[in-house]
Amino acid sequence: MDNVNKTMRKWWNQRYLQMMVLPGILWMLIFNYIPMGGIVIAFKKFKITKPISEAPWVGFRYFVEFFEDTNFADIMTNTIGISLLKLVIGFPLPIIFALLLNEIRNLKFKKLAQTVSYLPHFLSWVVLGGIMVSWLAKDGVINDFLVAIHVLKEPVSFLGEPKYFWWIALISDSWKELGWSAIIYLAAITSVDQQMYEAATVDGATKLQKIWYITLPSISGTIAIMLIMQVSGLLNSNFDQILILKNQINVSRSQVIDTYVYQVGMTMGKYSYATAVGLFKSVIALILLLISNKTCKKLLGRSLY
Amino acid sequence: MKKRSVTRIKRSPGTLLFDTCNTIFMIFIIFICIYPIWYVIVNSFNDAKDAMMGGIYWWPRIFSLENYKAVFEDNKVLQAFKVTIAKTILGTSINVFFTAMVAYPLSKKYLVGRKFYMALGTITMFFSGGLIPTFILYKKLRLLNNFLVYIIPAAFNFFNLLIFCNFFREIPSSLEESARIDGANDWKIFYKIIIPLSKPVLATITLFAGVGQWNDYFNGVMFITDNVRLEPIQTYLYRLVAEVQSSQMASAISASNITASDTTSTSIKLAAMVITTLPICCVYPFLQKYFVKGMLIGAVKE
Repeated sequence: MDNVNKTMRKWWNQRYLQMMVLPGILWMLIFNYIPMGGIVIAFKKFKITKPISEAPWVGFRYFVEFFEDTNFADIMTNTIGISLLKLVIGFPLPIIFALLLNEIRNLKFKKLAQTVSYLPHFLSWVVLGGIMVSWLAKDGVINDFLVAIHVLKEPVSFLGEPKYFWWIALISDSWKELGWSAIIYLAAITSVDQQMYEAATVDGATKLQKIWYITLPSISGTIAIMLIMQVSGLLNSNFDQILILKNQINVSRSQVIDTYVYQVGMTMGKYSYATAVGLFKSVIALILLLISNKTCKKLLGRSLY
Repeated sequence: MKKRSVTRIKRSPGTLLFDTCNTIFMIFIIFICIYPIWYVIVNSFNDAKDAMMGGIYWWPRIFSLENYKAVFEDNKVLQAFKVTIAKTILGTSINVFFTAMVAYPLSKKYLVGRKFYMALGTITMFFSGGLIPTFILYKKLRLLNNFLVYIIPAAFNFFNLLIFCNFFREIPSSLEESARIDGANDWKIFYKIIIPLSKPVLATITLFAGVGQWNDYFNGVMFITDNVRLEPIQTYLYRLVAEVQSSQMASAISASNITASDTTSTSIKLAAMVITTLPICCVYPFLQKYFVKGMLIGAVKE
């Protein structure tokens, strides 16, 4: 009883603070937690015209339907394939960029390169998508260039050929986020002890040796954390990007879980089915996150959250 | 210490080669980051019919302001710009101040229930109801086809809250204590002392939230279903791009070489792209030192 009284008194003393925090909590309950509760429609036969409580239960029917869907294999392959490409090829690029940028001696030039490299991050995917659609077309800039330097004999409709889609997704994403993702590595590089480099210079180490034996080990903690975060997001596709680059012809290589949920849910009105697909993704993503976090704890002694 | 006074050692041939290649690489990066924007700009200042023949890479071939005139004479486009500006100003300011207000108490270790509140928020970063349940909720709240769908669901952001919390914790508590002795309550302390001291973090979050609002096209696609007047410019552009794509693909199927996109939409598209992109390009370099810091605070959670 005493404890309760004490807490109540403490609460009353900080009532202004509590009044400031409560609207935020209320907002989260409405806009985050009510939709989480809405997930039940994945197990029900829900119609938009009737309330959720009146919909009959159907168990795991929609999950089974998704696993048996003819597109299931394609969707999973695309989701994981694009993410893996971004992980294996896209992930090291900002690190390399940060290392190279750090070697630029002219500070003004360095600052300029850095500032300009952030630019694509601030462009919307719509503007970027618009540019790409026109550049990748048969009469677009890319074809003009590749034909001019004799890499291609005939112009190719890049977005009209499914086999190019993963690479287009990888390259456009890497290009957009290269400078932005490098911020964190650059900061880690700046905090490396300069005396180590001086000592290495005295010992006659070359520049590459210094990068390999001093800089990289010093920022390995940051790299590991970023890597684990990316692994845990393996099923998250860049929805804004893929929705704008996807079309009827490349759909066999561009349909990912997120766009599929949007398509079956919003354009076909299969609410329960789409929710089941989305839930399947969320659960696997959560498991991946927990595994990555545990690995992180074991390897580095620190966790993400 | 002594080493500093030694004049720079002459660069070896290997280093020289490395530096040269590195500089060339950086120039290449600068080029590929700027060129796409440059391409859109020169094409937007070119006569639209002529631009559709392609081949304009560096400079307008037939200089023309018609495209911009077309944008400013098209009521639909103007309306879309108005929506974008309104939602960016309103949505961003509400997001920044509401999130800051909720963050301030949570930066205090002694807040009753703090752990519970933080747990509640952390869960939302890793798990969400997903698209369809969100859609159903908005429908119930009558947010569909309503301007407020851009504002209320975007009023709060837990990730930004963490950035705020980290910043507030660094503010020396002596400032707050002296105000409290003068009889100020927590709310007064927040807006009289904390807010004026938080300009760097406010600038960062304003930039993040502002760019998010300005560039967002999906909310307009998803939640505005039957009221075109509420579509922001990015959604309008999205529809134009999707149209161009599907006509390209249709012409690929029918094996004809003529792409049937019409001149007006192409010219409007380019000019509108430039108009939507330039404000951000002009603003972000000046906020650089703030958002770099913000990124770092955000990356290191508690």
